[in-house]
Amino acid sequence: MNDKIYKVILFIAALIMPIVCGGVVYALVTDAYDAFEHFGFFKFLTSSDWSYTEGAEQYGALPFITGTLMTTLLALVFCIPFSLPVALFVGEYFKGTKVAAVLSTVTDLLAGIPSIIYGLWGFYTLRPIIMALNISEQGSGVLTASLVLAIMIIPYAASLSAEFIKMVPNDLKEGAYSLGATRAEVVRKVIFPVAGSGIFSSYVLAIGRALGETMTVTMLIGNTNNIPNSITSTGNSMASIIANQFGEADDLRLSSLIAIGLILFLITAIINMVGKIMIKRARIS
Amino acid sequence: MKKILSSVMTLIFALAMVSCGGNANSGAREAQELSGAGATFPLPFYNVVFEEFAQVNGDAVAYGGIGSGGGVRNLRDKIVDFAGSDAFLSEKEMADMNPVIHIPTCMGAVVLAYNLEGVNELKLSGEVIADIFAGEIKMWNDARLAALNPGVTLPAEAIIPVFRSDGSGTTFVFTDYLTKVSPMWASKYGAGKSVNFPSGQAAKGNPGVAGVIKQTKNAIGYVGSEYAFAQKIAYAQIQNQRGEFVEPSSESISAAASGEIPADTRCSITNADAAGAYPISTFTWMIIYKEQNYSDRSKDQAVATLDLLQYILSDEAQHITSEVHYAPLPAKAKELSMTNLKTVTFDGVTILQ
Repeated sequence: MNDKIYKVILFIAALIMPIVCGGVVYALVTDAYDAFEHFGFFKFLTSSDWSYTEGAEQYGALPFITGTLMTTLLALVFCIPFSLPVALFVGEYFKGTKVAAVLSTVTDLLAGIPSIIYGLWGFYTLRPIIMALNISEQGSGVLTASLVLAIMIIPYAASLSAEFIKMVPNDLKEGAYSLGATRAEVVRKVIFPVAGSGIFSSYVLAIGRALGETMTVTMLIGNTNNIPNSITSTGNSMASIIANQFGEADDLRLSSLIAIGLILFLITAIINMVGKIMIKRARIS
Repeated sequence: MKKILSSVMTLIFALAMVSCGGNANSGAREAQELSGAGATFPLPFYNVVFEEFAQVNGDAVAYGGIGSGGGVRNLRDKIVDFAGSDAFLSEKEMADMNPVIHIPTCMGAVVLAYNLEGVNELKLSGEVIADIFAGEIKMWNDARLAALNPGVTLPAEAIIPVFRSDGSGTTFVFTDYLTKVSPMWASKYGAGKSVNFPSGQAAKGNPGVAGVIKQTKNAIGYVGSEYAFAQKIAYAQIQNQRGEFVEPSSESISAAASGEIPADTRCSITNADAAGAYPISTFTWMIIYKEQNYSDRSKDQAVATLDLLQYILSDEAQHITSEVHYAPLPAKAKELSMTNLKTVTFDGVTILQ
């Protein structure tokens, strides 16, 4: 009897998640339908117009898709030189030491800082530096947003990579050492090939995190509805255009914003799925 | 247990005292919690007024500064008692919802705030502002800027225009002004709560724009006057229709409203043809439904809503406007508003006699 109740409770609890997820997708699709119907799905994806003129409204997602991809990829590029050394430090060179434990705790702490704090830091500290260095006149832009995003995703990439680096079997490493390999050679020729897909997947998950980041990007990207023509120019990401305009939008604009939300949801879902599959593969091998 | 019970009783008693004592004008009804949403532009004024109103009348008012358009949307969804908006509703918007009335609450100015080292006085004309925001005047030492500002050394730096990333009544007032003074602006960009500015960068809300200007050298942007005053950002004198360079002040804003006001008070007072008028002035409105019985609202709530509006129109509240750098309503606007308030009904019966 008791067992049955348990089962029922568990079943209901387990059912809620798919229902919520399905509900989100359903709501996004139904509300985005107007925009897709009015502009056409591919036209919506590839149009760079975002014009409010009443009667001649034109909404296209391309500037925001570009903005999101630019900030995310740049963040990834900036994040690698910091997260990879941290992962090697914690997972290989100082594996199991106190220093490593402290470093990995501190890195993980970065993940716990609310994004508004990163945004404020970016706005009041990083942005003036960028202006002072004459990198860009207005300070805000894709570059500024990407730099802060990079710091935000370091913990995600570093701690997961470190786990995979730790998992590389000792036999393999010892084998390499016994053949006279140096530590650097072991890292390059044993650890990277063995843990490679795991490390890759940890970056994929970090990308997933950067894609949807809203607050920080909204504060730093400059919020202009154009395709950024250089890494220092201003733009808008998919998340930031929604944050900026959702409060005011109605009718077609609201539907277009929800359509952008749907696209963001799909991109994030696909990237997370790829990451999960790669982790599974890495664990099996 | 007994202790808890007695303290609860005390609390109830105290609350009862507060609600009885506070409810000065309509006696019978209970203290209400009103909710509104909308423009951030008059928020500094509303913050003070709502607090005073709570003390005088005992009704609490919660106001969300989510932007004019958002406020109107909330009213259309019937989830608020009133919407705050710096842009009056268009005929089309009014046709989309049940009959509403506009009650002006105060007047304010949209100022051109700038961040230029060593420049304490800047004079601008409407056409020059339009060209700056259209990206046609790119440098601070442009000949046309220099001509307006003899004796001021303007730096040879690029101008960074700052505008609103969200839809906004402030943007509407600003672009409404530019549309009136610049044919170029009227044909290319027009007036609206959201306008596609071709250059510069954008930030969310009046505080966001003020923050960016304060942090960015060579920036210029438009904000509600109180936001520039509060953050101590310099702002420009604007040339009005009579050719005078005018600073935003209670007097110069009031001067802008000296013309005709239509019966429903829906009018733009930008670029007013009056001596001493600050050209980017505006009324800001609260918008309520004419029929107050919607979404299960009680009659008390409807009465409280009208009490709030009457309080705002009173001399006591209007007096606060100039303290927070807005301007009091002209007598004509108050008179029209009182007439309009008397048309408000609950279940078809007028509330005010």
